[in-house]
Amino acid sequence: MKAVTMDAEILARIQFAFTVAFHYIYPPLSIGLGVILVIMEGLWLKTGNVLYHNMARFWTRIFALTFAIGVASGIVMEFEFGTNWATYSRFVGDIFGSALAAEGIFAFFLESGFLAVLLFGWNKVGPRLHFFSTCMVAAGAHFSAVWIVVANSWMQTPAGYHLETVVDGKPVVLPPGHVVTEADLGTVRAVVDDFWAMVLNPSTVDRLTHVILGAWMAGAFLVVSISAFYLLRRRHYDFAKASLKVGLGLGMFATVLQMISGDLSAKGVVKNQPVKLAAMEGLYETEARAPLTLIGWPDSKAEKTHGIKVPGLLSFLAWTDPEKPVQGLRQLPSDEFLRKRYPEASAEQLTEIRKSYWPNVPATFQFFHIMITVGVLMLLLVIAAGIFWIRGTLFRPDLPATRVLLWVLVFSVLGPQIANQAGWFAAEIGRQPWIVYDLLKTGDALSKVVTANQILASLIMFTFVYLLLFAVFIFLLTRKIQHGPDHGEESDQLPESWKDVVRHAREARA
Amino acid sequence: MMMDLNVIWFVLVGVLLTGYAILDGFDLGVGTLHLFVRKDEHRRLLLNSIGPVWDGNEVWLVTGGGALFAAFPEAYATVFSGFYLAFMLLLCSLIFRAVAIEFRSKEPWGWWRKMWDIAFCLGSVLSSFLIGVAMGNIVRGVPLGPDYEFAGTFLGLLNPYSLFLGVTTVVLFAMHGAIYLVMKNDGELQMIVRGWVPRLIGIFITCYVIFNMVTLVYVDRMVQVARERPWILAVMLLDILIVMNIPREIHKGRTFNAFLSSCAGMALLMATFGLSQFPYMVFSEPNPENSLTIYNAASSPKTLGIMLIIAGIGVPIVLAYTACIYWIFRGKTRLTSHSY
Repeated sequence: MKAVTMDAEILARIQFAFTVAFHYIYPPLSIGLGVILVIMEGLWLKTGNVLYHNMARFWTRIFALTFAIGVASGIVMEFEFGTNWATYSRFVGDIFGSALAAEGIFAFFLESGFLAVLLFGWNKVGPRLHFFSTCMVAAGAHFSAVWIVVANSWMQTPAGYHLETVVDGKPVVLPPGHVVTEADLGTVRAVVDDFWAMVLNPSTVDRLTHVILGAWMAGAFLVVSISAFYLLRRRHYDFAKASLKVGLGLGMFATVLQMISGDLSAKGVVKNQPVKLAAMEGLYETEARAPLTLIGWPDSKAEKTHGIKVPGLLSFLAWTDPEKPVQGLRQLPSDEFLRKRYPEASAEQLTEIRKSYWPNVPATFQFFHIMITVGVLMLLLVIAAGIFWIRGTLFRPDLPATRVLLWVLVFSVLGPQIANQAGWFAAEIGRQPWIVYDLLKTGDALSKVVTANQILASLIMFTFVYLLLFAVFIFLLTRKIQHGPDHGEESDQLPESWKDVVRHAREARA
Repeated sequence: MMMDLNVIWFVLVGVLLTGYAILDGFDLGVGTLHLFVRKDEHRRLLLNSIGPVWDGNEVWLVTGGGALFAAFPEAYATVFSGFYLAFMLLLCSLIFRAVAIEFRSKEPWGWWRKMWDIAFCLGSVLSSFLIGVAMGNIVRGVPLGPDYEFAGTFLGLLNPYSLFLGVTTVVLFAMHGAIYLVMKNDGELQMIVRGWVPRLIGIFITCYVIFNMVTLVYVDRMVQVARERPWILAVMLLDILIVMNIPREIHKGRTFNAFLSSCAGMALLMATFGLSQFPYMVFSEPNPENSLTIYNAASSPKTLGIMLIIAGIGVPIVLAYTACIYWIFRGKTRLTSHSY
């Protein structure tokens, strides 16, 4: 029996990880490109320069492509809580469900409704209403990030709730600190006390900032990549130059802020999820002047992390004090926490039990370090690009040094994607074995009536479908890039109501 | 009957799912009819008739699912895990439906378009069918255990009764989609689709009448309901009359009225479903004592209250701009350079 549930647990986790990781290629692009579109269309309205109009149209087509797959793969996520994690859904529905419903009402309707005007409204509405629609689509994409990060952050740092069970059909409040056991599953549930404490739980703001900046980077560097490619190929020079400026501008802004946000997020993890932090850093021993491992590999057998270390840096980053100790895994979770669950256990037994409350340390460590490394590389890249920009050589593809930089920029689109994925893997693997931190275990959250074979069958189906979708996406994206912006969309072919913008700008200049 | 929060949320979830049935119903119907028109230009007109709105329409399902999760988590968990494979197939169908619309006209090649045409049509048919099968099982009742977990099997869900409602739903959406197409198009395409409408209406009404007779013969619970709430039969009769009014409106050239009638027909169908289902979310057959009702499946009163505020703020705004967007895209479908 135990073996069967293990299989189902692993398969359900793989299925969720796979479907959400695939999905998460797209929403950051929609969020980031949404901001880009707002900037480009805003510039057009302000300057009347038709170049910006062409840009807005071209990038809207790219946006539409990413949006379609984002929507299609997004519904899967919403259904999966119920299909694969029914026990979890019963446990948290009172809290988690409201965040999802709010996402639907406040974000998805806004996004998809105004998307119609953004994509098909060029000849139907005036330029200002179109710009408004673009803003609404971008706002909807951001609201959606807000609610889903609220929901996920509540799972990381639950707040504003109490536990409740049912006795004789009546709800009975359980005391704070109640330990959820197997017998509680299906009857005990989390019930909201304070909606705003739930929404603004301890990790929401840090993580939301981090996610949104990551999304801006994803969108910005897609624009940077394609524009750099055109510059290298000497195609659509003016278009590529202006697009690169917008993309790189947003990319630089987001990358620099992301460093600060990353620092704040990590400090939050130190406070709220010390076990996760210790795993991310591969820190087994509690020590003063705790070192930061730059590159390394944790050996989970020997409980030691090998690699290049900077002494005291982790203490400094965590507490802004290089002398203050950071807790290591051997002391985490605390004896008190374990005693509450295993009052009979001896000290030796506790040492063994403690390990079952650790996540997979090497995986958490490596994913976290991949994110950090890629983030730092992105920072170096935007600094280099900034120097070229200031010196006036960024838009000179005839110079060999610029060509090298532009080629790096072409591949920079992968950077935010890798960092976003790795960051989420670190965050989600790092909180295991919990699905709701310190409250409900992942292994207890599965659907009781769904068998491992059913999950396997649907996993195989999704693998085929998503591989196909991804192949088609890459193919169509490449085709669109090859095709480039349409040059037919010049000012004399604009709809009558749109020409006013160009006319006004000309008059203002004259 | 007291209007407590649970009743209000039963109605609100019903409204969201009715919104989905009416709005995405015509999208799925258009998809079902897609392979029946031959010319590439006509197929593009079909796609572009729903082009600007299908995405927003699908959000009604997402929000309906979210509202069900928030307001009645037990029902959400039981139904979604219990109907596991059916829902996975539904997801797969909805994915193909969505991307086929987006991808089809991106390339001019015959094989490419044919491939996505088939994906669009099959995705739509299968989605409609599975929605109908799920509804059929809810009407009929499914076996639940004392812990409210689904106690049946996948094959048990594929009973003839529910399969028949699946077929009926495909026909219903196809009819609704055809009426929408008549409203949104003119010329040759409108002539073609107009010819289908009376036949689709005929098939639908036949299916609907048979379905209801079978229900009264085989589903004991519904016989009981019909005795207690005989006025539901009046709603059903009104529904049939409204649907039969559609050909008259089309004949007089009032295609918008025809479409409104069709929408009203769908709304009454969902109302019939809701009124006969109340107060059950998931009826357990056998062992009715294990049923999930709007009380034992619900979230806490506090959450239902918070959600009501959220809905009170959000829904009027959504309805307002959705109406504006439909207004912007009113009139006959034309193919332009931005079209699918």
